Amino acid sequence: MSAVGRFLTRRQNDGRQGARRWTATDVLTYGYLIAGILIMFGPVAWLVLSSFKTQANLLEFPPTLLPLAQETAEVDGYPDPLPLFDVALEDGTVVRLAQVRRVGLQAQMVDPTEPGEIVRVAIDQRTPVRVFRLATENYTESFSRFNFSTYLRNSVIVTVGATLITLIINSMAAFALSKYRFRGRNAIFLVIIATLMIPISVILVPVYLVITQVGWINSLWGVIIPGAATPTGVFLLRQYMLTIPDELLDSGRIDGASEWRIYWQIVLPLAAPALAVLAIFSVMWRWNDFLWPLIVLTRSEFFTLQVGLNAFQGELNVQWHYVLAMTVLTLLPITVVFSLLQRFITTGIASTGVKG
Amino acid sequence: MATTPNAVQRLNALAGDGVQRLYALAMNALGLIMEPAQKLLGVRRMAYLFVLPNLLVFGIFILFPMLLNVYYAMTEGGNLYPQDRPFVATANFERLYTCTDYGDPNTCLEDRFWRAARNTGVFVFFQVSGMVIISLITSMVLNRKIVARGFFRSVYFYPVLLSPVVVALIWKWILQRDGVLNAILVGVGLDPINFMLDGTWAMTWVILVSIWAHMGFYTLILLAGLQSIPAELYDAGAIDGTSTTQAFRHITLPLLMPTMMVVLVLSLIRAVQMFDEVFVLTGGGPGSATMLMVQYIYMTGFGTQNPRFGMAAAASVTLGAVLLVATLLQLRLGQGSERHLA
Repeated sequence: MSAVGRFLTRRQNDGRQGARRWTATDVLTYGYLIAGILIMFGPVAWLVLSSFKTQANLLEFPPTLLPLAQETAEVDGYPDPLPLFDVALEDGTVVRLAQVRRVGLQAQMVDPTEPGEIVRVAIDQRTPVRVFRLATENYTESFSRFNFSTYLRNSVIVTVGATLITLIINSMAAFALSKYRFRGRNAIFLVIIATLMIPISVILVPVYLVITQVGWINSLWGVIIPGAATPTGVFLLRQYMLTIPDELLDSGRIDGASEWRIYWQIVLPLAAPALAVLAIFSVMWRWNDFLWPLIVLTRSEFFTLQVGLNAFQGELNVQWHYVLAMTVLTLLPITVVFSLLQRFITTGIASTGVKG
Repeated sequence: MATTPNAVQRLNALAGDGVQRLYALAMNALGLIMEPAQKLLGVRRMAYLFVLPNLLVFGIFILFPMLLNVYYAMTEGGNLYPQDRPFVATANFERLYTCTDYGDPNTCLEDRFWRAARNTGVFVFFQVSGMVIISLITSMVLNRKIVARGFFRSVYFYPVLLSPVVVALIWKWILQRDGVLNAILVGVGLDPINFMLDGTWAMTWVILVSIWAHMGFYTLILLAGLQSIPAELYDAGAIDGTSTTQAFRHITLPLLMPTMMVVLVLSLIRAVQMFDEVFVLTGGGPGSATMLMVQYIYMTGFGTQNPRFGMAAAASVTLGAVLLVATLLQLRLGQGSERHLA
């Protein structure tokens, strides 16, 4: 812990002056940064806090900061736990009673220590006893009551499958474009560059026709394949492979290696950093993809997480407790990957200008 | 490339051996096709075999659809198959562009298209200018000598990784009528606002939320640009008695300009195509106040019982033309973008 403290409070050395005094600009800088933490993390933190609230707790206005749930007590003679209330009696004392049932403006209540005697109390005389409790049932029920695990599985299949296919076909093409001279090479490269900025949203109708013809409507293949030949990936890998010296390939050929073996045993291992960057991008693209899966997948057993989540928020309009829990589960994998590979991702983006 | 060695090393040690064996197995299996092919074709023609898979997917799912899209735009009706679609030449485009008064979408034959175009224009203008200004300020703050710079950099970057659906739901929950933002408004004595039922508020939030979600990306690019400005220039300026504002105007801004142009064009291209966040957050509403161009295309072709593929294709050809202009603009801006893509 002390190491963390030292890290957070250290001041970067100027090199010339050593420790400086705080100036007005410093105050503004750190004010901006702290506001930044609140604005960037606050909404996510609020989502996570809210996802642990019970349905009743979520409907309150103004909302409570922490997840609170009404405390209950087991009372002899009653099968279910009864909700506890603090009740102000006529003589001014406050006692803690459990509510048996509510009839109009009256509540029938019972002292948990003396279960025999029923007390009638006006409902405005009681306030619920609430304790901090995480409503983990929001999460468990998301799995048991909805197709959430199916969506999760579909998303994992799409993300992993598409990334593997993208890596292999992009790297093969990049290998040919960077290491061979052949007729049509420049034409192919130019066409690929020209489509760098063409998003699928511009060609929705004809791609839909192609997918229909192939029979991939409501098939995960229809989501995986169309985006697999990314121009970005080919471009990124080609530029990187150009820096691999041809002599390495020639020495492989002298040793009698086939072209395929040169590709996978010499070139691919050397291009690992560029492949890693592309892999990270591909995972983010595919995990977060929305518009195209929305069009191709119309039956709920094929939904990916993003499409499923969107369908939920449409259907379960009032059931925010499930929607919030599922949203947290959807952002969890990306958050874990990000915290592990944070430097990889940020330096990769800064040096390539490719967007996640 | 700077990496976090312990996390990556641990993963490597854990999975390394198994992954390597699996890799060799898969590649040897593919070699059963590729090696006989080399005997058949010869070394020189292997290049075609290597580009073939990518080229096939690219041709079938990108290139061919691009051409077909133009044909779709010239046909009409609800049939998907091109042979069942009557050819109408430019009728779709004529319908799309017919207005008695171009300032008022209600006078247009295809009023939803013009509403979407106007919304997209408003969205692009405010989102891109807001994005550039906020990213510039943030990158300059991050470029100062601050503690825990890596941490703060990732704070601003984190939302970039969130899926658009997640981003939209996070904010939908905050902005709803009984949400936390209204609770804060009531707390300071103001009236609650039903943000999603007011066109201006909905558009404002759509713009703010998309800036929130993507600014980290542009901040990173600008930060890289700032860090490539040699410190000697500022030192030389300091000797000459240059003030901070002068240094910003005469050193930072001119040298950052190529990077700024990249950010401008990239964010422009992204803003023109915006769909996911807005669709989930507002559904285009209230009414059609936040319906953007891609949503119009989606709704016209897919989100309805009577799909009008021809109209959707005509609108997407229009969108494609706008994107093409933006892309050419980026290529013209040359050097800056090359440095970034290389």
